[in-house]
Amino acid sequence: MATVADLRYGQKGIIKDFTEHILPIKLLELGCLPGNSVELLQIAPLNDPIYINLSGSHLAIRRSLAELIELEIIEETQAK
Amino acid sequence: MSKNINVALIGNPNTGKTSVFNQLTGLKQKVGNYPGITVEKKEGICKLPRGVKAHILDLPGTYSLNTTSLDESLVVELLLNKNDKDYPDVAVVISDVENLKRNLLLFTQIKDLKIPTILVVNMADRMDRKGISLDVGAMEKKLDTKIALVSTRKNTGIDHIKELIADYKSISSKPILDPTRISPEYFDRLKKTFPQEDLYKLWLVITQDVNFMPIEKKRIQDATDFSTKSKDELKKLQHKETVLRYQLINNILKETYKVDFMAAKGLRASLDKILTHKVFGYLIFFVILLTIFQAIFDWSGYPMDFIDEQFAMAAEWVKNTLPPGVFTDLLAEGIIAGIGGIVIFIPQIAFLFLFISLLEESGYMSRVVFLMDRLMRPFGLSGKSVVPLISGNACAIPAIMATRTIENWKERLITILVTPFTTCSARLPVYLILIALVIPEGSVLGLSYQALTLMLLYLIGFGMALLSAMVLNKILKIKSRSVFMVEMPTYRLPLVKNVVYTVIEKTKSFVLGAGKIILAISIVLWFLGSNGYSEDFQDADRIVTERIENEGLSTYSKNYIQNNVASYRESAEAEGLAPNALQDSIEVLTQELSERAVAQEIASYKLEHSYIGQAGKAFEPLVKPLGYDWKIGIAVLTSFAAREVFVGTLATIYSVGSDEEETIKNRMAAELDDDGNPLFNLASGISLMLFYAFAMQCMSTLAIVKRETNSWKWPMLQLGFMSVFAYIIALIAYQILI
Ligand SMILES: Nc1nc2c(ncn2[C@@H]2O[C@H](COP(=O)(O)OP(=O)(O)OP(=O)(O)O)[C@@H](O)[C@H]2O)c(=O)[nH]1
Ligand SMILES: [Mg+2]
Repeated sequence: MATVADLRYGQKGIIKDFTEHILPIKLLELGCLPGNSVELLQIAPLNDPIYINLSGSHLAIRRSLAELIELEIIEETQAK
Repeated sequence: MSKNINVALIGNPNTGKTSVFNQLTGLKQKVGNYPGITVEKKEGICKLPRGVKAHILDLPGTYSLNTTSLDESLVVELLLNKNDKDYPDVAVVISDVENLKRNLLLFTQIKDLKIPTILVVNMADRMDRKGISLDVGAMEKKLDTKIALVSTRKNTGIDHIKELIADYKSISSKPILDPTRISPEYFDRLKKTFPQEDLYKLWLVITQDVNFMPIEKKRIQDATDFSTKSKDELKKLQHKETVLRYQLINNILKETYKVDFMAAKGLRASLDKILTHKVFGYLIFFVILLTIFQAIFDWSGYPMDFIDEQFAMAAEWVKNTLPPGVFTDLLAEGIIAGIGGIVIFIPQIAFLFLFISLLEESGYMSRVVFLMDRLMRPFGLSGKSVVPLISGNACAIPAIMATRTIENWKERLITILVTPFTTCSARLPVYLILIALVIPEGSVLGLSYQALTLMLLYLIGFGMALLSAMVLNKILKIKSRSVFMVEMPTYRLPLVKNVVYTVIEKTKSFVLGAGKIILAISIVLWFLGSNGYSEDFQDADRIVTERIENEGLSTYSKNYIQNNVASYRESAEAEGLAPNALQDSIEVLTQELSERAVAQEIASYKLEHSYIGQAGKAFEPLVKPLGYDWKIGIAVLTSFAAREVFVGTLATIYSVGSDEEETIKNRMAAELDDDGNPLFNLASGISLMLFYAFAMQCMSTLAIVKRETNSWKWPMLQLGFMSVFAYIIALIAYQILI
């Protein structure tokens, strides 16, 4: 199952419906809701944290949290 | 007499609450209790149309009423406590037009508390660039409120806010979301058990870890006829609430808010590519830090020298103009010297706060958090600890307050404990004056030795903070789960007004706060230094005169005369004075100077046998191994109230012990040890600097640590550990270098 942690530079995904309620509320409030899009913008040195665009909110989160957000990758990496 | 309207500014972080607050209140702001603090709540008064006044409260940013960190709970606590003196008559939700959807989440929650709520849509100046269009009239209807479209940057819409506030009684306080929709079954039961209470408020009290006075949590838990839900179930309901709210908001925005992505353009992406780059990102960060230090050292030197001279002149003037007596002495030697010791910091403190507020305002600080997070983790810190560690370079107190945004308790505690190691601006004057005295001029690679030394001292402080964090991380056994999340705001040119106000306000509270301590200590020191009980003190005139008759003047006085004569001779020769005339005038001068020298020796003998002198002598054995004499010892001791007292204390002691006014630096340079060598030499200077680098000398910091950790254990630990450590390091340094 793909998660936000699997995204590569510039790749986008759509958040899947979740049945488990493990995600912190704060993340939901910032737009992490099923059907919304996530795009990976930057990865910090040593691969952590990552910098994402979560349906308009620009956030940095740690990889451990990113691994909890399941999604469907919709866009392949553009040539870089 | 109508009472003031209570207004609370609420909103997500970085939406411009403080900017709106500044526009509304101007400089009529109350500053915090401790120097440098306004991170908590800021209050101010705003004049409204028709002679009404509003009491405005600026609050920390929060994403919603579901709190995860301390600064956020402040907002919830206020909004749930009707008896709080600041409880708002009207809430003003400040939102950012670019993130309206997310901002409205908080808006709907606040409106559901049945407080009249005005919506301010800020940053209107960015709508064109981002291709945003907004149907304000339709949105007002849908949200059942009044909206002000504002740009604090362009200064538009502020009057509209004022009008809406003045007219707050006409604003609807009807809730938006019916809470029973979250879970009909659960909320029906709640309603039955607590028919008196407001459902949504109850819900917040149940789900939030905050202390609420009016509806106590306990009462709800104890209600026997009401089966509580497990944490997991509650969380599920909170998720549901969020989803419901977003549905509502999406429906409203669909018809009123349009973004034309084709028109949108922004610097963010390209700037982020460079500023958060794996290599360039760090490089740029390092260069910025370097620039700050070089600038502080170079630029603030001029105003500091100027201030130093002005105060020496002022003291001289007072002495020469006012009739001699106790009062004149107190004024010239105690008060003016003491105040000079405060005012001299202003340039650096202003510079430091200026840089820090520029970094914060521009949005760069979040990038630093992002870059540093992984690197900080091995030390038990988070990327967010970087902000306190950087602002600790201005003052530890706001820095420790700033740790409130760190969600994880262990990371937060460690940050609090190590922040006082960073080089706060109170250390700066101590460093600067010592560096100027003991570090030679000259430079390598365009950086002066003196600037490099200063830089090194900052690095030592920072390194020590990291090192002790690592140790604490190993020792402390605290389990806490955390969600690390930082928003990366768009880059913005800093608002001049915000920066200026921050600098003025912080400098003012620093000077006033520290000033009181310094002034009090100066006066006490002056009194203790000008009085004594021993016979030596009473008979100082006779004893010293006799000694000079027998042994001649001291080395210090001889140097003093020689130097003055030499410089006189130089200038006279340059002017082309005839040799015999020169000889005569030098004789007169020497006579004058030796009279002065005698008076000075009497004064310093008196000082040595005054109360303070005797206390210092008793204390001297403790600091002797570090290379200090009793006067420095006293200065170090009084510095435990606040470091910045050091220079002021020496200024006071020296001016009591001398007959004429001189700049502090020159006085320090002229001090000799028992063997007639300069007292402030490389060894003792470095030992002193290291002592100040590590010692915990700030009562306000201890007080704030006590408050933030809610126990005396941690501040006492800091005080003990840091001071002992400082002593040992200073001892080692002196013994090696001497
Ligand atoms: N373009 C634009 N920028 C603005 C406007 N108002 C504020 N800003 C900028 O927005 C940033 C945040 O402003 P603040 O007033 O500090 O925001 P705040 O809501 O008090 O932030 P927190 O206290 O951190 O929650 C600053 O960089 C301001 O310069 C505006 O009307 N237009
Ligand atoms: Mg603010």
